[in-house]
Amino acid sequence: MWEYSEKVLDHFYNPRNYGELPNPTVVGEVGSIICGDALKLMLKIENGIIEDARFQTFGCGSAIASSSILTEMIKGKTIEEAEKITNKDIVKELGGLPQEKMHCSVMGMEALQEALKNYRGKREPISEIEKIICECFQVSERKIRDVIRENHLTTVEEITHYTKAGGGCGRCIPELEKILKEELAKRSPKDEKKMTTLQKILLIKDTIDREVRPALQRDGGDLELIDVDGNKVIVSLRGFCINCPSAKLTLKNFVEKKLHEFVSPYLEVIEERK
Amino acid sequence: MDRVVYLDNNATTQVAPEVVEEMLPYFSKLYGNPSSMYQFGGSVAKKLKEARCKVAELIGAEPEEIVFTSCGTESDNTAIWAALQSYPEKRHIITTKVEHPAVLNYCKFWENQGWQVTYLPVDELGRLDLELLKEKITSATAIVSIMTANNETGVIFPVEKIAEIVKSKGSIFHTDAVQAVGKIPIDMKHNHIDLLSFSGHKLHAPKGIGVLYIRKGVKFQPLIIGGHQEQNRRGGTENTPYIIGLGKAAELAKNYLSEENTRVKFLRDKLEQGIIERIPHIKINGDREARLPNTLNISFAYVEGEAILLLLDREGICASSGSACTSGSLEPSHVLRSMGINYNYIHGSIRFSLSRYTKEEEIDYVLDRLPVIINHLRNLSPYKAQE
Repeated sequence: MWEYSEKVLDHFYNPRNYGELPNPTVVGEVGSIICGDALKLMLKIENGIIEDARFQTFGCGSAIASSSILTEMIKGKTIEEAEKITNKDIVKELGGLPQEKMHCSVMGMEALQEALKNYRGKREPISEIEKIICECFQVSERKIRDVIRENHLTTVEEITHYTKAGGGCGRCIPELEKILKEELAKRSPKDEKKMTTLQKILLIKDTIDREVRPALQRDGGDLELIDVDGNKVIVSLRGFCINCPSAKLTLKNFVEKKLHEFVSPYLEVIEERK
Repeated sequence: MDRVVYLDNNATTQVAPEVVEEMLPYFSKLYGNPSSMYQFGGSVAKKLKEARCKVAELIGAEPEEIVFTSCGTESDNTAIWAALQSYPEKRHIITTKVEHPAVLNYCKFWENQGWQVTYLPVDELGRLDLELLKEKITSATAIVSIMTANNETGVIFPVEKIAEIVKSKGSIFHTDAVQAVGKIPIDMKHNHIDLLSFSGHKLHAPKGIGVLYIRKGVKFQPLIIGGHQEQNRRGGTENTPYIIGLGKAAELAKNYLSEENTRVKFLRDKLEQGIIERIPHIKINGDREARLPNTLNISFAYVEGEAILLLLDREGICASSGSACTSGSLEPSHVLRSMGINYNYIHGSIRFSLSRYTKEEEIDYVLDRLPVIINHLRNLSPYKAQE
């Protein structure tokens, strides 16, 4: 059974803003009944502001919850504000989603982008990058690259969790590996320079609080961020972690890996000297 | 949760209270090893023998033809292993596309090792083409492994006919009867099945005990090699409390067999008919003519299975689904895909599986709640029936 957050269950059991919106200004439709999930997002836009939003979703609990919370997030927002919303914002609002369900949040983002593109009348020329990589789920190269960048993905398995690509027959997995490799090579240090020192520290703290500490706390341990010095992240272990023989491995294989994934691949985790 | 309506008995069953009672002394007071030379172990050995007889009786076998294992999967693996080891010159296996992973993935393992594997297709009702089977068996076929009844749809394969075909071609026939034993009559005296697997926890015994039936005279090689237990056919100290529990469960199953096919079947049919009357755009999956009496696999168009299960769960109703989202894989069940179920229906499948403990009021309760749930999800869905 999936572990859904309270918020996901609330939005699934009591979906907000569902059903047809009469005379929508614009509609964004993604997914299909063949793939197993689909979302139709209907917006009423007046003077550049999203006055009303409704959805219709075919899919599992987290697909319905993602759609429902998205409508709440965008109501009252300007077009410019709404354009900035990504799948990560949806996940954050929902209080997290199981890894395997991340594609539900991506579906929400895609429907929103589709609707806003339609509103602006942008018809982007179909380029090489629209090529379908995953035939089973009709996932384009553009979508795969966008999602890798946006969510700092580092493995093919994660690409499958976020986009479904590679989750069917698996024939496209070598191609996914190639795309991932290219994207990883492109990543940082360029991306990094955009972050100020303060932003970097905040992101490190946020990552430790969100990704690291809950996992350690489940085993009776904990970890505190002491300082950040350049690319050195100085931490102190707490609770059961103090005497744990595998604490060093945890720091390298788990904490450092998470920081590489969410902040920067150049960070090094160091335990505070007593 | 105040109310639990358990309709997922093909996944696992409640251990019968009589079985628990029978097992308890063998955890505490009577813990001796049945292989020991003293009385304290000997009394356990005697009880074990009784249990073996009861299990044999349930399927019309001889006690010596029963080998206790740890689970259905071990029994399935052992059966295929034994045939491949006994006939090393034969490097071909035949199975079906709709087997349980315990057989399907084990065959895939052998395929990767260089064996040739034929996966027989099924039609839209989940039935096999026996003429195709006849064509595929050659002198190189070591084993044919075909399930007795399908866990998802409950569709029953004509294994007695299949056993005759396989025997006439000189191959070994194994059947995974995990879902069938205790639900439909099986009599090994009147068929030609060489190897048959089943599992305790599907017939009100605990998890962690399985059976492999090996017909007298069939060549065998153990998978688990160790002591002399189970007449050198499965090493490892006997799991005495569980074997004794399974003995009791087998005795009960024999007594309840007619009820399975009358009262339980009546309740299943009532559920099926009730859904047909109350909810439009549905599809019964699998052959209704040859189906386990306790199983109903039904698809609801335009809605998704996991969402149905979550809403059923909120009402205390336990069922399962072949939808992609419930498994963590991204594709719906291999069984429904093999049957070529239409895309409007394939993601919205629900399996209800009943047992001797199912009450009529529970079926009435499901029939009361389910239409509300489906209606709600259809209101959310962008897909509608085309007029």
